[in-house]
Amino acid sequence: MVGLSVPTWDPQTALLIGVILAEAVVLYVGYGVIERVVGPPLVRAIRRRRRHVE
Amino acid sequence: MWSELLGVTAVEPALLVLFVGFGLVVGILFGFFGMGGSFLVTPALLMLGYPARVAVGSGMAFVFGTAVIATLKHSDLGQVDYRLGVLMIAGTTVGIELGRASVLYLESLGLAAGIISVVYVLLLGAIGVLVTRDAHRGSRPTLAADGGLPPAAAWIHAHLNLPPRIRLRGDVHVSVWIITAVALATGMLSGFLGVGGGFIRMPAMIYAIGVPVPVAVGTDLFEIVFSGGIGSYLYGQSGGVDLTIVVPLLLGSALGARIGSAATAIVDAEGIKIYFGLMLIAGAVAVAVGELGGLLGVVLLEQLGLVLVIGAAVVVAAGIIVQVVLTIRARDGQHPGSG
Repeated sequence: MVGLSVPTWDPQTALLIGVILAEAVVLYVGYGVIERVVGPPLVRAIRRRRRHVE
Repeated sequence: MWSELLGVTAVEPALLVLFVGFGLVVGILFGFFGMGGSFLVTPALLMLGYPARVAVGSGMAFVFGTAVIATLKHSDLGQVDYRLGVLMIAGTTVGIELGRASVLYLESLGLAAGIISVVYVLLLGAIGVLVTRDAHRGSRPTLAADGGLPPAAAWIHAHLNLPPRIRLRGDVHVSVWIITAVALATGMLSGFLGVGGGFIRMPAMIYAIGVPVPVAVGTDLFEIVFSGGIGSYLYGQSGGVDLTIVVPLLLGSALGARIGSAATAIVDAEGIKIYFGLMLIAGAVAVAVGELGGLLGVVLLEQLGLVLVIGAAVVVAAGIIVQVVLTIRARDGQHPGSG
């Protein structure tokens, strides 16, 4: 994908990539909080539905 | 001021919703397989009318962001081998340059486009068939007796395991030379085909190095963080990264990547292989149809190729979710007292 091309320093591009990296980390943390809150009840609901079907 | 500095412009709400939904689907596949980002996003952006530079650059920036998220999740699950990742990055980087050189040589002969298309389709199809067939045999004893390695990896380890050796996650002891050779070979193919190469590296790590499937996915994603980051930077310098595309795509893929990554810890390895193989076979058919359309100048066939690959992506992503639900229920059936 990249090979041996050597990038030169460009503050504006660095800021652009920094924004993408920051968004990724913020989303990872944010969705992680949602996962901890929603995950266990969701798994319990899946299990309950199985017992209900049986 | 910030929007001007970063080159952000207004986008229609319908397009934003489309990007978030598409990001979710690609994120699930990316987290589950460690591949499939640029394979799906760049052609879709081209179809939406974005210039090639923006489609490739934004697709790469999206892959970079999604790889960061998926790698963090796999790392939480203990599925990233950083030593293997660093060795693979070094070998792949050199391999890509060798692959590029071979493309330039073929271009000088006027044969590049045709040969690359044929090799791409054959490779996608062949790896897809190999992985699917192996997964179907999973219930039978296909693993070698020594260390539970796949037969190909067991043969390579028995004949080529020269020192120095390192210990990888999953208690796999392997020669650094084997890793270097695999990284060079997969990098060459990646550079030759002009693709990220996750669909080549992931099975290569499983079948040639002998890494467990979830670790192969996690380590491949770790490698993509670096290649995607540098690639995004290079495209960003020439104005090829559009945040109005990348930000909503990431919004969806961040959730998808968490779901896909977590699914690798729930669905068994054979299940991962079956979905991976089917995705590659569908991709081979779609690329073949698209390339045929390009060769014959039939735009409808090119569009059909894209619709096929996106349709397959949606079906496979939905299949992964269903598989997760079924696995949770099956485990609950085995342990009725749990939960």
